[in-house]
Amino acid sequence: MRDTPDGDTYTDLLDCEDVLRFANAAISGTGQREFRTGAAGQRLTLDFLHDYVRVNFRDLYAASLALDVNDHNAARIVHGLLSDPGEPGAAALDRRTEGALVSQRLAHMPPQRVYRLFRRLAAERVNNRRTRTVIARWISRRRDLAFDAVKYRAGLTAAARHAHLRLPGEVSAFCFSPPHRAGSFATPLLESYREAHYTVEAAYELPLSVGEGFAAKHGVPRKEFLSRARASATGGELLRLDRSLRGHGLEGADLRRVGLTRLCSYVLALPVADREERREELTAALRAAARRIAGGQAGTWGPTAAVLDDSYSSFGSPVKRNRPLAVALACHFVLEELSVRYTPHWVSGRRDALTVRPEGATPLAETIMDALEDGPERLVVVSDGHDDAPPVPAALLDAWRTRVDPDRRTAAVHLNPVMDADEMEPARLAGSVPTVGIRDASALPSLVELARFGEGRSGLAELREHLDRRVAAYIADVDEKRTVQEVR
Amino acid sequence: MTDLTLKGLETGRAQVRGGVRMVPLLRRRPVEGLRLHPRLTGGDIAVVGSQRRPRYIGYVPHAYVATWGGEAASAAYGTWLSEVERGAPSGAEAERAAREEAAGAPPRIKLFGLRRQVQRTDRTRLRFLPLHLAMEGYLSLHFGGPDIAWKEWSRTTLRRGLSPREEDSYLGVQVRGLAEALRTFEIVRGQCGVALYVGDELASVVVTPHPEDYRALHPTLVLDMFGEAIYRNATFVAESPHLHAPLRTRGVSDLAGLRAALEEQRASWRDFHDETMLAPLTDADYTLTPVYRMGEFRLDRFLPSFDPARTNHIGEAIVREDGEPGYLKTFVLSNAQTKRGHLLSKLAAAGWHLDATAASLATDRRGLITRMRSAGMEHLLRQDILDRFWAGNPNP
Repeated sequence: MRDTPDGDTYTDLLDCEDVLRFANAAISGTGQREFRTGAAGQRLTLDFLHDYVRVNFRDLYAASLALDVNDHNAARIVHGLLSDPGEPGAAALDRRTEGALVSQRLAHMPPQRVYRLFRRLAAERVNNRRTRTVIARWISRRRDLAFDAVKYRAGLTAAARHAHLRLPGEVSAFCFSPPHRAGSFATPLLESYREAHYTVEAAYELPLSVGEGFAAKHGVPRKEFLSRARASATGGELLRLDRSLRGHGLEGADLRRVGLTRLCSYVLALPVADREERREELTAALRAAARRIAGGQAGTWGPTAAVLDDSYSSFGSPVKRNRPLAVALACHFVLEELSVRYTPHWVSGRRDALTVRPEGATPLAETIMDALEDGPERLVVVSDGHDDAPPVPAALLDAWRTRVDPDRRTAAVHLNPVMDADEMEPARLAGSVPTVGIRDASALPSLVELARFGEGRSGLAELREHLDRRVAAYIADVDEKRTVQEVR
Repeated sequence: MTDLTLKGLETGRAQVRGGVRMVPLLRRRPVEGLRLHPRLTGGDIAVVGSQRRPRYIGYVPHAYVATWGGEAASAAYGTWLSEVERGAPSGAEAERAAREEAAGAPPRIKLFGLRRQVQRTDRTRLRFLPLHLAMEGYLSLHFGGPDIAWKEWSRTTLRRGLSPREEDSYLGVQVRGLAEALRTFEIVRGQCGVALYVGDELASVVVTPHPEDYRALHPTLVLDMFGEAIYRNATFVAESPHLHAPLRTRGVSDLAGLRAALEEQRASWRDFHDETMLAPLTDADYTLTPVYRMGEFRLDRFLPSFDPARTNHIGEAIVREDGEPGYLKTFVLSNAQTKRGHLLSKLAAAGWHLDATAASLATDRRGLITRMRSAGMEHLLRQDILDRFWAGNPNP
């Protein structure tokens, strides 16, 4: 076996490529229909990648939970780790670290996804001691179990039954006793749920999605319900109901607390005329969200040029409408905050970011040339990687890297929000420019860091080192929390 | 005999999806004074001709409406939205359909009558069925049969000509991969047409007068007719490769050089497409037949020279007086169809005399009958001639 100058064997480089392929696919792929491939193709590819990496690189598979893998794939990784104990003797993280990674990741996941994962584990009869502990620990850390019992009753019931848990206090009676035997409750939320069957007033104290059903049962007009229920609605629910609220003449959602990418999706769903009308409000909200992401890194990047894809393919698909474009828009605002001098180049040639729409062809090569002519320190391309004639931008970027800028004055990175099911990774632009998947713009700074492994020059050892650092940082705060939990 | 030019249209960059390559055709400025609209006819089956004596019955998914004159000119600037049917059926047949629907009639195949293929529906508005003119032109080629009653032709041929004459065509949705290619195609700004290749054979060229018209008509391409050659190609070909000229970067050391190389590359693709890929359409000689004159525009149908050595396209066009095509739609003939046309042209040129035709094709009587057989036209000959042919008679 020949060795590379760094001491890595070629096998190591290939392994590194495999793991990165998985990481990129797990960051951007969600198993949903994309512009060019259907849901079945996406799922098939993800299935294969998960199985392949779990069996061959179990340690890296677990460590990728610390990367910006999206929630869909994080749940799948947890499922894989719990349901497959692994071959004896295979390289794996020590069980303590693996467990910490799992519980930390689950703690950050939306509860409905976690309950879905638990129900899947129950359905597949994965009932080892470890699984039971993970479920018990996660449930013990829920802030308000009565709330979960009302809102995610089926999930909580299934999880508790599967893990042989004794739910505390009245929650157990609420979940497992038939209503006539349970009688009334002392816990206010549970009692409201019981009362809501008979009086609509109680429905307003319930979570919105639960109260909605009771309001419909009691025949409350939608407007009246929405105006009173907004107090109990979460931010996400309000954003989802925004158009309905405004249609009824009520105040819309509060945009100040919403995450950037979701806010971008919201903006893109508005008609262009509305965006023009609410320009100041929307821009302020977008900037504020971007500033939260940039945090301490704001203004630390040198001159940056971005190529942002708003061609027709950035429409995505009906199930993830405008997602690639929303990611590009979010990246635009984040880069604006991160960089001291930032120039955006939309592929369509538009100048105004707020009124972009997915329309037109993809002349990527020309737009990349425009961006390079600004002489930036860093070039960021956010695109699904499908030019009209794909080999042309590849040849162009390779020529630029080898002939025009061989000493790497300009760093280039390609962020791809779409996983290509046939390539089994987000489609690449060129061999000389690393491609990283992206799903949420809040991960942009760390993704750009991950990109250097995609250039094929740093090997598996370096990647392991990087992952170890990320894992250590990721589970650092969980250890502190554990002591708190144990005291309780 | 004239040739076809795509004057005023520029070639854009190809988009490939599976075996389908679509090359957008762009205009710097729209053709003023002409607009096209899709018009769903409200029925599934159209009968052309009066109801009592239909000339033919066809499945007609959609029709086009051409508007010209002042009304269209204002639309050409993009400020005026037409009140033309906008996809919703209108007129007597639509009213009848609505009435039936309201009366709770069960779903049925709707039939509606068109008195002509090309019909003026208003003072400056013309309705026509896409490609029907072209197809009818091809089907009716020397349809009358022999002019002189040579004894070799059967009595039916002498009395009724080539009737019944039939050709197969396929709906766009039946062409494998076409619907998917149309779905993922990214319409370019200023696009007024498309050159469609299936298995890298030119399947159709569609040109509209205005980018908005193209945007409206783009999805209706799956309802268009495509020939058997295209259907076959789509079924059997592998993915089309990305054709592109190499980027010449030798000696490039700065961004300006790189941009020049890129522009050279794009230009060489345009030249390649216009000179090589479009050549089967633009190099051939066509016989134009004017069908309708509307202001400064003329609706033509054209037939090729039926040269068996090349691919032949039939089609229809609305051309302005200065030769700029406002509307163009072509249909590629398969080899068999070309041969039929070729044989018919030769027969007609020789006055339907068998020996003279055989001489013009550099063969003898037997050779000619063999060719007629393979073109599916042997039934035009008298039975005793065929019998002698089958018996192996050297001069049947």
